[in-house]
Amino acid sequence: MFRCLLNLILGALLPTVAMAAGDPHRIPDNLAQRLQACTVCHGQEGRATNAGYFPRIAGKPAGYLYHQLLHFRDGRRNNAGMSFLLDHMSDAYLRDIAVHFAGLDLPYPPPLPPAAGPADLARGEQLVRQGDPARGLPACVACHGASMTGVTPAVPGLLGLPRDYLIGQLGAWQTGLRQAFAPDCMARIARAMAPQDISAVASWLAAQPVPVPAHPQAALPAPMPMECGLTPPARGGRP
Amino acid sequence: MNIRHPLRVVAAVLAAAVLLLGVLIGMELSATALPPQTGDLPTADDATVARGAYLARAGNCVACHTARGGEPYAGGHPIRTPYGTLVGGNLTPDRETGLGNWSPQAFRRALHEGISRDGRLLYPAFPYAHTTRLSDADADALYAYLRSVPAVARANEPHDLRFPYNTPVALALWRLLNFEPGRQTEDATRSAEWNRGAYLTEGVAHCAACHSPRDALGGTGLALAGGLMPDGRWYAPSLLDPAEAGVQDWPASRISALLKNGSIDSATVMGPMAEVVFHGTSHLNDADLQAIATYLRELPVQPARRPDFEHADEGLMRLGGRVYEQHCADCHGAQGQGAPGAYLPLAGNRAVLAESAVNTIQAILSGGFSPATAGNPQPYGMPPFRTILSDTEVAAVASFIRQSWGNRAGPVSSLDVQRVR
Repeated sequence: MFRCLLNLILGALLPTVAMAAGDPHRIPDNLAQRLQACTVCHGQEGRATNAGYFPRIAGKPAGYLYHQLLHFRDGRRNNAGMSFLLDHMSDAYLRDIAVHFAGLDLPYPPPLPPAAGPADLARGEQLVRQGDPARGLPACVACHGASMTGVTPAVPGLLGLPRDYLIGQLGAWQTGLRQAFAPDCMARIARAMAPQDISAVASWLAAQPVPVPAHPQAALPAPMPMECGLTPPARGGRP
Repeated sequence: MNIRHPLRVVAAVLAAAVLLLGVLIGMELSATALPPQTGDLPTADDATVARGAYLARAGNCVACHTARGGEPYAGGHPIRTPYGTLVGGNLTPDRETGLGNWSPQAFRRALHEGISRDGRLLYPAFPYAHTTRLSDADADALYAYLRSVPAVARANEPHDLRFPYNTPVALALWRLLNFEPGRQTEDATRSAEWNRGAYLTEGVAHCAACHSPRDALGGTGLALAGGLMPDGRWYAPSLLDPAEAGVQDWPASRISALLKNGSIDSATVMGPMAEVVFHGTSHLNDADLQAIATYLRELPVQPARRPDFEHADEGLMRLGGRVYEQHCADCHGAQGQGAPGAYLPLAGNRAVLAESAVNTIQAILSGGFSPATAGNPQPYGMPPFRTILSDTEVAAVASFIRQSWGNRAGPVSSLDVQRVR
């Protein structure tokens, strides 16, 4: 009887004791969990919507994502928050992170209604699909793929991105705040664009749905119209 | 007229003091240029170069002498201080812009006396108050290593300091007050391991350059007693106080594991210390880590003075609890218990309980990963909440974690957060 009572009392007390001692909770041992720091801004599993400013990172080509991580860490792209997060990361971990997000195949919500009038949208679509040969502007699709979902290993997709983000990037390329490996073809292209071109292209791209599936193309049907630095230089990296 | 009039005596003493100070400053400023290194030096042997490379790692020279994304040791890293911004110089063997013209003697003089080859005094952001302890052999090994890195032509940017800190006289005064040249001496009453640890901690790795309080004129107070970093954005906790970062009661193996891997179950390095581990201590050999651990364990215990405990406002605690539940509990646990190997416990965590809440605020605003090291190649990360939480919400959640689960540390105000943001 006494034992029984003791067991009852102990049984009632034990969960409280365990709680007070702070029962360690278990966390998944995988990259998705390790990279929760990324998804607070880039959206659940990296699929930020085209509202707001943060770009989606899920499903973009691994080479592209890896290069952007290098750019942020090494100062060719400017975002103090990104640089701080990446400051003490090895090239190897940055590659693992890129491969992780590139491997995600996620559905995207429909785009927001366009933020521009029909004339601007038509101008935007024309620049994306045909470019403006008279001004030396190649079509976006000539490098980013006819479906605009990017090309492996290192050309990014253009869909599922916020209009403000797209405008911000083209502006940063114009001023040199965003750089890619040399030769920096996007800097040349952005500098040839007028402000209204940038607005038109960004408005049209942001209004397009992300196709299903959104995989990058394996290759382009024709050579790129410009020379682009798509691989890191031989030197550099972490000493 | 009475020559012994008290005012006259005071005036005479003052004049003598000013004169003496002038002479002392003049002596400080009297260093001369050393001749340039001409002709080829005898090639250093591989072992010397390797030892120099190792010492450069231990001293984390690369961090201040490399621009973001720049060539290693080619200079260009800005160091923000209350007096203005200093820029780390080009140490590569380029003759025009680097150390190409420096002789081994000039390099030794810079490390040991804080004087440039041309005779100018160097700013103490270059930690010569610590490198003065290096042996001649180690100074020469560092020199040999820096001669071996690729020469990069990259002109040094000028420092940008406010008056009067940008004057040679200010620098001479700082040196008179704070700088004592001298090599490290062996303490025969201590073990060889302790002496090696002292040499690494106080000399090469210059831990006290950050982990010490600074007075208004940039002088260091009690070495290793903790202090705000020069930019005021991080607090380097006291190594003398076990309630801060003192490790006197840790087994040596935990200390070396933290310095090697950047993270152990109960602690992780963050901010500037993540940089130290990433570039520096994670590359040290086990014997040296053990030596540092031995030295740190035997530092005298000097508890920091703490103000009386003050409860956070109830409304702030309620808001903090809500923010915690929404954004923090999934990883750090409902009771702040953490998840071993992934997320730190916050209950009883010294970094949370430090009197200065700067690091806690930084962690919430900026997030971060512990450094990627061989022992922890894919660290878990904490998200930055800078764009998600307002100053009030950060203050509330910081106060909440400092005063929950038995934690007792002062409340955090929105103003505290604003200063760091």
